[in-house]
Amino acid sequence: MLRIDGLRVNYGGIEAVKNISFQVPERQIVTLIGANGAGKSTTLRTIAGLVRPAEGRIHLQAEDITGMSPDKIVSKGITLVPEGRRVFPDLTVLENLRIGAYLRKDSLEDDLNWVYSLFPRLKERSWQSAGTLSGGEQQMLAVGRALMSRPKLMMMDEPSLGLAPLVVKDIFAIIKRINQQGVTILLIEQNANMALHIADTAYVLETGRLTLSGTGKELLSNEAVKKAYLG
Amino acid sequence: MAKFFSVLLPYILSGISVGGQYALIAIGYTMVYGILRLINFAHGDVFMVAGLFMVYMAGSMPLYIAAPLVIVLTVALGFCIEKVAYKPLRTAPRMSVMISAIGVSYLLQNLALYITGGLNKTYPDIPWISDNVQVFGATTKWVTIITPFLTIALVIALVLLINHTKVGMAMRAVAKDFETSQLMGIKINNVISMTFVIGSALAAVGSMLYFSNYPGVVPTSGAMPGLKAFVAAVFGGIGSIPGAVIGAFVIGICESLIKGLDTIISAFVPGYAALELATFSDAFTFALLIIILVFKPTGLFGEKATDKV
Repeated sequence: MLRIDGLRVNYGGIEAVKNISFQVPERQIVTLIGANGAGKSTTLRTIAGLVRPAEGRIHLQAEDITGMSPDKIVSKGITLVPEGRRVFPDLTVLENLRIGAYLRKDSLEDDLNWVYSLFPRLKERSWQSAGTLSGGEQQMLAVGRALMSRPKLMMMDEPSLGLAPLVVKDIFAIIKRINQQGVTILLIEQNANMALHIADTAYVLETGRLTLSGTGKELLSNEAVKKAYLG
Repeated sequence: MAKFFSVLLPYILSGISVGGQYALIAIGYTMVYGILRLINFAHGDVFMVAGLFMVYMAGSMPLYIAAPLVIVLTVALGFCIEKVAYKPLRTAPRMSVMISAIGVSYLLQNLALYITGGLNKTYPDIPWISDNVQVFGATTKWVTIITPFLTIALVIALVLLINHTKVGMAMRAVAKDFETSQLMGIKINNVISMTFVIGSALAAVGSMLYFSNYPGVVPTSGAMPGLKAFVAAVFGGIGSIPGAVIGAFVIGICESLIKGLDTIISAFVPGYAALELATFSDAFTFALLIIILVFKPTGLFGEKATDKV
């Protein structure tokens, strides 16, 4: 569904991503794992259109989407749940969800109901401002907000960051559920253990290069991965 | 009591009126700051140019065409300034944009100087609002009475727009977080343009009310009201629209009372020798600015000093 070919990205004066190529097959959960500064976030930000690549192409299905503006990318069906959630704290929960569907002109009723069925907590709090939610609830809101654009591909940047282990478990269960309902997922995580458990396909990114790939299970049992990322 | 009323009332009325005019300018400062974290120093000069538009157009067409056209042209001016002078600097340090704003300010003043020859251009009489009216025994112009109501109506419309429409929601989102807004599919450049459009339109309306009270427009006519409106925005907490409006009314009323202080005192204190206190009315505004910046830099309703991430 998504194909990355020879992507190079310069970011903040350094080459953060050095010639990587990978694919995200439709309906799969794909994860990129790697240490801090490996270039994971930069890769997602480039796909989302926030950063322009120095080289390489990004294809969504047959279409070349390299260098398109973020709003175009959203309208093509790719969304990014940013690192640190980044909900709009002064907007209400409902407004946050509505703004997720900013480019859509059709009725949002069904999607709101869908998001509320995934996250009943959000429905209870729909009139609260998002800044008053707990970290876990904000993460749910960030995911819900992304889903409101009706994405084909949802990219997630460190959804487990700063959350309690129990909440992390919930979030991953929901990622799995969203995937089963037909949304392809590209996930990057430092929490390699959780990510590899739900991933169909996984890649290891080290200082801007892909060094390993396989199914989630394969990488879970890979000695090098165990040593470096699973402690 | 009746005496107190009759002496003070004219000053309070004119203060409220001037306050409303400052408010219409201050909103432009505060909205642009809220979204771009830019103090748009050219805003006062856009206000002056709106005055000149009216001067030149009122001569050649009826007022009911000239007035809307002034608003349209001022909006176009604000829009173009943003596109030409600020947008190319979107990723530059904030200081560069600010310097660009100062440049635009001087450019507008000098263009105005070139076109007007530096002469005072008499502002056309706008029928009805320039006429006199009696309020509780005080004589004033209709514009004094209309300004606060018109200002409040426009502010309410603006607040409704910001809180209850999709564009408004996008504005609030962009003000908080550029990048995440982009991820939502919001075209931030459109939202920024929208802010300049609204700010310029309000400045144009403000200029019609303001210059109706003054003999005419000169190239530096925008500087003082622009600065005062800026102080009002800082006083209210820059970035906050209600703050800017309240700040503008406070400054307008205080200024007007200080202008009348000699008259007011001599009405109650027999034998009072006038001290020419009116001279201090401008000083008051800027003293206020210093006091706020020292004691409450975030102003009345400003957000806590969280810089944008």
